[in-house]
Amino acid sequence: MNALPLADVNYVEGTIVQIAKSIVIFLFVLQVVPLILLLERKLLGRFQARIGPNRVGPFGLLQPLADVLKLLSKEQSTPSTAVPWMMAIAPVISIFAAVVTLAIIPFGNNGDWGGQWGLYGIDVPIGVLFYFAFGALAFYALLLGGWGSGSKYSFLGAMRSAAQLISYEIALGLSLLGVVIQAQSLSLTEITQAQGSLWYVVPQFVGFCAFMVAGFAETNRPPFDLAEGDSEIVGGFNTEFGGMRFGSFFMAEYINMIVIAGIATAMFLGGWHGPGPDYLNPLWVVLKMFFFIVLFIWVRATLPRFRYDQLMSFGWKVLLPLTTINVLVTAIIVAT
Amino acid sequence: MTVYDPGPDVISVQRGPQPGGVGAVYRAFGETLRGLKTSFMRVVEGPVTIEYPEEKTPVYPRFRGRHKLHRFEDSGLEKCVGCSLCAAACPADCIRVVAAENTHDHQVSAGERYAAVYEINMTRCIFCGYCEVACPFDAITMGNDYELADYTRSDLIFTKEMLLADHPERTPLRREGE
Repeated sequence: MNALPLADVNYVEGTIVQIAKSIVIFLFVLQVVPLILLLERKLLGRFQARIGPNRVGPFGLLQPLADVLKLLSKEQSTPSTAVPWMMAIAPVISIFAAVVTLAIIPFGNNGDWGGQWGLYGIDVPIGVLFYFAFGALAFYALLLGGWGSGSKYSFLGAMRSAAQLISYEIALGLSLLGVVIQAQSLSLTEITQAQGSLWYVVPQFVGFCAFMVAGFAETNRPPFDLAEGDSEIVGGFNTEFGGMRFGSFFMAEYINMIVIAGIATAMFLGGWHGPGPDYLNPLWVVLKMFFFIVLFIWVRATLPRFRYDQLMSFGWKVLLPLTTINVLVTAIIVAT
Repeated sequence: MTVYDPGPDVISVQRGPQPGGVGAVYRAFGETLRGLKTSFMRVVEGPVTIEYPEEKTPVYPRFRGRHKLHRFEDSGLEKCVGCSLCAAACPADCIRVVAAENTHDHQVSAGERYAAVYEINMTRCIFCGYCEVACPFDAITMGNDYELADYTRSDLIFTKEMLLADHPERTPLRREGE
């Protein structure tokens, strides 16, 4: 008997392929984030019966570039009460946790584009757990950033994000557990493969709804942006951050959006499954993710922010029992 | 005993569902979907923005903007006779008139006297239109232009020449019934 492997990967590719894939994923995300930023501002405008940014470049296409240049040229300031290393490390953790999770989102099956390599960063058999681990890690960024800022508003924002994490992470896990039970696998690739005939959004509709709600809380976006809460606690955890440190938090939020959209696509909307030949598979994933991102923006334009106690009571009293019952029912049906 | 019939004046009050039970589910999902529909209708309707420097909101004909001094169209003489009634009526005290006598060689206005100096300080003017009302000869009227910004305060003291000149209208006028 050989010893247990430290990490078990379903299909091991060559080192060069893996490096190339990670570079492609990182570059892809870096290009997509500004586009989503612009899309959000444009769509928010439309939802509010206005036009949105259209001054910088044709149709305002250069607006994100202008934003980033402005953030890059700003001075980094640290309050005298702050803990500087915490403030320095928080945005790094935030963006690291966001980007790492992208690796497990499958854009296509193994061998879709010829050769023995898959259109995903890495196919870990613990896929969903991997996502939870880094999703939870991202909250350390908020906590450290808020605590290390030495400002009461930041501290309040950090405390809120901690309470939010506890209230929602469990429901998030349980909402995906139904899918995992049905697919008999934690790997996102295998879960997607199992959805060839029927997307899991149909049998797992309750889990899908719960996942979307918890996903909104996970990304710290409205209506669950309590940790930022511009109107009551200034900017929450990122009050004291300026320049590209703030930009990193901002970017991480958008990457988190992409990640949640990707996970939801793979778990519930059948991932790469769609009409057309195999090489079109990534297109379907991107289209489905686009749908989720538009949904994120739409909800942001519609719903007001939850009150702190409403969020807690909703998480504990509604989502948690709902997802638990969903998992139990799924388990009973699958077992029998 | 007759029951009072309020007729069609009654307005039915729409109450939200009670908390708890089915009502709560409706509140959570139905009302959320209704909100999403509301914001989506804004997309369908399209933006209502008027992109200001390129497009302008048309003003009503009675809109009080930049002043104009007028001449008689046939003789070309100025209508203003330098009576200073506009200056007297001005609550912001922004009009300065210095009158001078017309002579045979130098006939400027139709009356005995004319305004040698006529200045309106646009930084002080409140666009109330009292000057227009006070003028016995309709020599001063309010135009429709409202883009009066300039770089220095002295540039905003409008002289008689500026007020008499044919000023290009830059403000669209609201059409009948618009």
